Amino acid sequence: MIRCEHLTYVYGRGTPFEATALTDVSLAISTGEVVGIIGATGSGKSTLVQHFNGLLRPTSGRVLLDDVDIHGPRVDRRRIRQQIGLLFQDPEQQLFEETVVADVAFGPRNLGLSDDDARARARRALELVGLPPDRFGPRSPFELSGGEMRRAAIAGVLAMEPRMLILDEPAAGLDPQGRRDILEHVRRLHRDGALTIVLITHSMDAVAQLCERLLVLDQGRLVADGPTRAVFADLSRLTALGLGLPQVTLLARRLGERGLPVRRDVLTIEEARVAILEALAVRGRGVL
Amino acid sequence: MEFFRGLVLGQYVPVDSAIHRLDPRTKILATLLLLTVMFAVREFAGLAILTVLLVAVALAARIAPAYLLRGLRPLFWLLVFAVVLQVFFGEPGGHPMFRWGPVVVTRENLAQAAFYGWRLLLLVLSTTVMTLVTSPMEFTDGLERLLRPFQRVGVPAHDLAMMMTIALRFIPTLLEEAEKIMKAQMARGAEFTRGSLPTRARALTPLLVPLFVGAFRRADALAVAMEARCYRGGEHRTRMHVLRFGPQDLVAVTVVAAAAAFALIPPAAWRGH
Ligand SMILES: Nc1ncnc2c1ncn2[C@@H]1O[C@H](COP(=O)(O)OP(=O)(O)OP(=O)(O)O)[C@@H](O)[C@H]1O
Ligand SMILES: [Mg+2]
Repeated sequence: MIRCEHLTYVYGRGTPFEATALTDVSLAISTGEVVGIIGATGSGKSTLVQHFNGLLRPTSGRVLLDDVDIHGPRVDRRRIRQQIGLLFQDPEQQLFEETVVADVAFGPRNLGLSDDDARARARRALELVGLPPDRFGPRSPFELSGGEMRRAAIAGVLAMEPRMLILDEPAAGLDPQGRRDILEHVRRLHRDGALTIVLITHSMDAVAQLCERLLVLDQGRLVADGPTRAVFADLSRLTALGLGLPQVTLLARRLGERGLPVRRDVLTIEEARVAILEALAVRGRGVL
Repeated sequence: MEFFRGLVLGQYVPVDSAIHRLDPRTKILATLLLLTVMFAVREFAGLAILTVLLVAVALAARIAPAYLLRGLRPLFWLLVFAVVLQVFFGEPGGHPMFRWGPVVVTRENLAQAAFYGWRLLLLVLSTTVMTLVTSPMEFTDGLERLLRPFQRVGVPAHDLAMMMTIALRFIPTLLEEAEKIMKAQMARGAEFTRGSLPTRARALTPLLVPLFVGAFRRADALAVAMEARCYRGGEHRTRMHVLRFGPQDLVAVTVVAAAAAFALIPPAAWRGH
């Protein structure tokens, strides 16, 4: 669905503040995937995803949506932004309307929908993120709690009814419950709404639970691209990149080092439970 | 999309050079002197001398010429406007070069236009160079010192300097934030660069509301942070960077003063010798 070919991006070209944020990144994301992007601070994650909906124009290289160059001559960029929904880091900054429902309807209105249609979409989107529109719709977005603001902002993107949803650190700065809620909503959007999801996060646990595939960025280069399990198999490399492993994967490794023969590539608590029980059963048999 | 790329005025470039290392007071006074002289100069020769001086300073400060010229770009239309005005509506009389309906273009007016245009360029160029080689912190430090004698007549030198420091410090932050909010709204289908003027003005609401909300929140946080560190104005504060007027400053001031003096001498006086 989205393909980047030899994408390079330089901020502030021609000024003394020139900074190369992406170097020769090539990748493809297909419809229906859930892809995680990880990488240390400043590795270029946000810069990369802003290319997916055409907000940034590659310094060199191409970005294709369904095999069409999104900076081609006859491409309607608004249509691209409708299809590729992008939620920015700290999205509560973008709220501006008097009521939550009006703010969420901002996107659909920009797409040229009538007021009624835009509102109907806004209500549906609020429902999807777990903010009942009758209760939250008429409130001012500035009176919401941090987690509610975050969800209202996600609804603002969902109301565009995109095919792909890109979330830039959607759970950062929330309490554990808020984090779980957001991730649970993302999971549901993928399952029920058949949305393609791209998730940027610093939480290894979140990507382990949600993503089938990981992209790893380091100083603007794509240094790994593969199934989540395979990427998390190489601890020393991840550590060198300033990243780490999910808690349960670490636990399984530690148990292995202490002599319990647990599979080392578990990613979720459920997998870990099964693996540990199996290992205990094996050992039990050995002792008896 | 980088919206605020053309903005150079006020963008300090942190490199190390003899010019950068000068005392900020030297740079401020030299700039003030040059600005005054630019208004006083009556001859092309004077402008030429000042231009040579500015170019030399820019080169010594290792500012890329392309970067400097970029900073002049927003000025372009103002320049065109001023020159056209002068050419077509200048003083009557003189030697006509060509006429176009009721409009007569004379040699004198053309020369005047060139003179004003050049002077305008120099005015902007000199302030741009100054801001490129002086960090905002140094600038306000220098200004505070220069204003200190006026404290006795009620000029709140320290508060003015602090206000300026804060404003300067937050301009880039606000621009960055504006850019981010614009992008976030564009991701929701907003357009800022298309449509008629009223449409565009209305399109600014989704940018300005979050920007102001953010600015107030930031101001609040800053006030609390300053109070938490016991800030209470200028009385008895010592400085981390003590300004020092050294020999190199003396040299710089002398060079600038000499150039200014030369620029003010009419060419007739030269020919007299
Ligand atoms: N608007 C900008 N102007 C200039 N440089 C920028 C800009 N935005 C980002 N950069 C630089 O580009 C590089 C990549 O930044 P980016 O925001 O894409 O990183 P990131 O991986 O999203 O980091 P984080 O995890 O902190 O969000 C960084 O070195 C950053 O300093
Ligand atoms: Mg980022």
